Amino acid sequence: MATTMSEEHYLELCESPVQFEHASSVNNVFFDEANKQVFAVRSGGATGVVVKGPDDKNSIAFRMDDKGEVKCIKFSIGNKILAVQRTSKSVDFINFIPDYPHTEFSQECKMKNASVLGFCWTNWNEIVFITDQGIELYQVFPDKRSVKLIKSQSLSVNWYQYCPETAVLLLSTSGQGNVLQPFVFRNGTLSKMTKFEIELPVVPKPAKLSLSERDIAMATIYGQLYVMYLKHHSRTANSPSAEVVLYHLPREGLCKKSHVLKLNTTGKFALNIVDNLVVVHHQSTQTSLIYDIHLREPDCALNTHQPVLPARSIHPYRIPLTDGAPRLPLNVCVCAGYLWYLQVKLPPTVNLQQDKGKLMDFLLRRRDCKMVILSVCSQILEGGERGSLPVVATVFDKLNQVYKEYLEAEQMYTLAMESGPSRNSAAQKRPVRTQAVIDQSDMYTHVLSSFTERKGVCHKFIIAVLMEYIRSLNQSQITVQHYLYELVIKTLVQHNRFYMLHQFLQYHVLSDSKPLACLLLSLESTYPPAHQLSLDMLKRLSTANDEIVEVLLSKQQVLGALRFIRSVGSHDNVSARKFLDAAQQTSDQMLFYTVFRSFQQRNQRLRGNPAFNPGEHCEEHVVHFKQLFGEQSLMKAATA
Amino acid sequence: MLIVSPRMAAVTQEKQYTPSLLSFFVYNPSFGPREGEEEKKILFYHPSEVEKNEKIRNVGLCEAIVQFTRTFCPTKPAKSLHTQKNRQFFFEAEDSYWIVMIVKNPMVEKPNKDGKPPTIEYQEEEVLDTVYGAVLRQCYSMYKLFNGTFGRAMEAGGVELLIPKLEKFFYRYLQTLHLQSCDLLDVFGGISFFPLDKMTYLKIQSFVNRVEENLRLVKYTAFLYNDQLIWSGLEQDDMRILYKYLTTSLFPRHSEPELAGRDSALRPEVSGNLLHYGRFLTGPANLKDPDAKFRFPRIFVHTEDGSEELHLIVYKAMSAAVCFMISASVELTREFCERLDALVGPQLTLLASDICEQFTLNRRISGPDKEPQFKFIYFNHMNLAEKSTIHMRKTASVSLTSVHPDLMKILGDINCDFARVDEDEEVIVKAMTDYWVVGKKSDQRELYVILNQKNANLIEVNEEVKRLCATQFNNIFFLD
Repeated sequence: MATTMSEEHYLELCESPVQFEHASSVNNVFFDEANKQVFAVRSGGATGVVVKGPDDKNSIAFRMDDKGEVKCIKFSIGNKILAVQRTSKSVDFINFIPDYPHTEFSQECKMKNASVLGFCWTNWNEIVFITDQGIELYQVFPDKRSVKLIKSQSLSVNWYQYCPETAVLLLSTSGQGNVLQPFVFRNGTLSKMTKFEIELPVVPKPAKLSLSERDIAMATIYGQLYVMYLKHHSRTANSPSAEVVLYHLPREGLCKKSHVLKLNTTGKFALNIVDNLVVVHHQSTQTSLIYDIHLREPDCALNTHQPVLPARSIHPYRIPLTDGAPRLPLNVCVCAGYLWYLQVKLPPTVNLQQDKGKLMDFLLRRRDCKMVILSVCSQILEGGERGSLPVVATVFDKLNQVYKEYLEAEQMYTLAMESGPSRNSAAQKRPVRTQAVIDQSDMYTHVLSSFTERKGVCHKFIIAVLMEYIRSLNQSQITVQHYLYELVIKTLVQHNRFYMLHQFLQYHVLSDSKPLACLLLSLESTYPPAHQLSLDMLKRLSTANDEIVEVLLSKQQVLGALRFIRSVGSHDNVSARKFLDAAQQTSDQMLFYTVFRSFQQRNQRLRGNPAFNPGEHCEEHVVHFKQLFGEQSLMKAATA
Repeated sequence: MLIVSPRMAAVTQEKQYTPSLLSFFVYNPSFGPREGEEEKKILFYHPSEVEKNEKIRNVGLCEAIVQFTRTFCPTKPAKSLHTQKNRQFFFEAEDSYWIVMIVKNPMVEKPNKDGKPPTIEYQEEEVLDTVYGAVLRQCYSMYKLFNGTFGRAMEAGGVELLIPKLEKFFYRYLQTLHLQSCDLLDVFGGISFFPLDKMTYLKIQSFVNRVEENLRLVKYTAFLYNDQLIWSGLEQDDMRILYKYLTTSLFPRHSEPELAGRDSALRPEVSGNLLHYGRFLTGPANLKDPDAKFRFPRIFVHTEDGSEELHLIVYKAMSAAVCFMISASVELTREFCERLDALVGPQLTLLASDICEQFTLNRRISGPDKEPQFKFIYFNHMNLAEKSTIHMRKTASVSLTSVHPDLMKILGDINCDFARVDEDEEVIVKAMTDYWVVGKKSDQRELYVILNQKNANLIEVNEEVKRLCATQFNNIFFLD
């Protein structure tokens, strides 16, 4: 039981957590979302500050004067300037640029009687203060150790949240706190976005602050900014369980309620975004749920989502040397001194979602999905969990849809590049090939070739699967690679299904190509009609006239070859020697005579002389001709 | 090769008789080797009213001819015997089992004046060995399709089983032989394939595979549209004879309900919800009928080690027909038929309308099919594909051709010439009636073209045929 459970953990903590000194009475710990840095401040900085980032193993350590309890501490982007807030009135700055003076300087908030709730770096030298009366955007000049106000906005603020990726600041205003005012920072400017209101389940009377910052989070999912609102259940409002409501916050336009995630339970929750999935942790059961807002739920109302998979806990992480199990659901465990990143583990999801179509929709949107998708493909083709053909078809269609979109984007890009790089430069980004693009060679290498060679699989099923894949590719208008056809042919030949093969070729299901035509030629000894099929294919290719001649000559059909070469108009360029050789080999003297004379006539027409050029190496044939028919039968050069 | 038909110089009140069947019998010399036991050799004799001694005499004559000719060529005894009034065809279907067909030559009856009996002219040259030889072999193939080999019946129950089987089969089958309308197409015994684009073809593949996966009992499937083959899971030779049965016997018998109006009594009740147009052509006519019988025709097909017996279920929705073949050892039940109907009916209806749509679309692209200047027959020995613009349609009774029988005879003659040699050949014939007939043989393919061009010379005809090849057969390798 324990092992099966652990195999089902689809969330895990990263292997190498960021370690730091755990929080205590002398050690304060801060986390900066923007730079993903953990600050451990000992004794107000006097005995040291240690900063650890997510991947840079080199931590920064320094000392600063203890000027009071640190409330907030953050580096500007690129670790250029450190900002420390110690009072509710001002923020202090320390340069971290080499050669610049290291002495602290300070900036008080401009608004009178306001108290600073916090600050955010919006650039390497731009910072915004959020006070209870508004926001103030400053530019910091480290060399001059001065700070200049760029812009300010006054409005009453309950609390704020900042999304570093999009540089959007969200302010809670109004008495109940549910009117949210977003601002966006761009190149030293500050612009106000349209404000919106979160629908509260119950309107309190008298009005009081009802929307807590703990229940609001901002996140970018699939490249779009969302405000997530954790809406707790309320007995009075007839909502039996909690839900997460997503408000889409576009760059321009109105913020709209866009998705509802049904949690189907009550209690305390925490939210995370991992790989574009919303992860909801439930404290009392110590389990987590994942939601994919792009998955359509046919049986739900528009944009209402159920969890993709059943609830599971995060794969346990044993902390070395300490007995404390990781505290869920936070991914920063302040007490233990560890910072983890949450990861989605895809392999366990495969067995938790029985609907393979839905599973594919889910997997195709994940970052490291390729090998898992390929393993699902193998799984539905082989073994005990074999899928039915409609399931196989659905999976193939989904893969090929993504594959096709990529190919189309690639083609558009190529076209755009060819037509001149100057125009419309925005559209000319080379499409990124994500792991979800599973092409024919991936399928061939990882799934189909081993599947067709597997013992004990009914050949009917193998052929059905290969044809289904070819059908799916065709449906997506993707050119099928010849090695897939070769796989079909190989399988059919192995099981003596020549008539099936013949029918496929007859309907051009296996598209023409030289490799395929050659493969067919090689089958002639076991299946004579393959010869005709191959010749037809070469003919249709229209670039394989030389091959056709070779085939005909090898069958001693010298006249046929000669007639063919005439019909395609390349009689003047072919090597006479090749034809004469073949004619001589038939030991049919009349045939040799005919072919010989035909080339003599050609020579006469081209050069005014029936003799062969030395370069044509036909001397032995001339000798042979003379032996058979005598000197006098040779065509003589017309004498003027 | 110019033929003047007496029919053309028609004299009033001349009476023309087409070739017809005189007699047809099956015998095995080893069943009555001793004198006085000759009757035992005869397994089937048509017409049955013929007096016993005459039967014995006729069989004995055939036996003697075959034996006599064997002395000249032990491996290839006589295949036919030409006489003034009729022609006999001999075929050793299985070891020592002979089938003989005697065809009355066509003749013209010319009335004479003064009450004298009319003069009869036998046209013994009008009958082609290849055509009727093929018809005879087809009789056997058809018997074998539904009954298995003679040897099989002998093993199972001796002559007591074989004789009634032969009688039951041939009594009905011989009535459907229309010897007057047999021609080159009978020699080929080809299959007409439905032209289809790749994508629709793949959809059909997908459909067949899914049904076979879902109904595990189904061993083989064949798919036809408009009486033309699209897919066969059976091997070529079995499909060839099954195709013949379907297109000349089963489908014509069932074409009426579709032509009939919606309210016609002939139209079978469309099951319940009108979701699909699927129905069984073999087996139960109406699944709702509580007395419906779930018996299907049985057929025999080749396997690697002999033959196997199968139920033949033919199911049709609109113009699409599917044959499902299931091992005869399984008993088919109402439940199975209902499952098949529920599964196949809706899918096949959809597919049939897809094919129809694709077909009309393709036709529109390639332009409205104008009546071409030339008529042709094409046949490929490799895949048995045949195409004819000469034959208008096949019905249960006759196959209608749009050209004069004399021209058909010329085609048959050219075909005989081709059969004699392996080399590629081309024959151009100028017929009496301003027609040019061209026969081409390239590798395993044969093409016969009839051109109606007065005043055309040989070179022009040759050019015309080249053009036809370039337009109609540009995707195959056809030597000029």
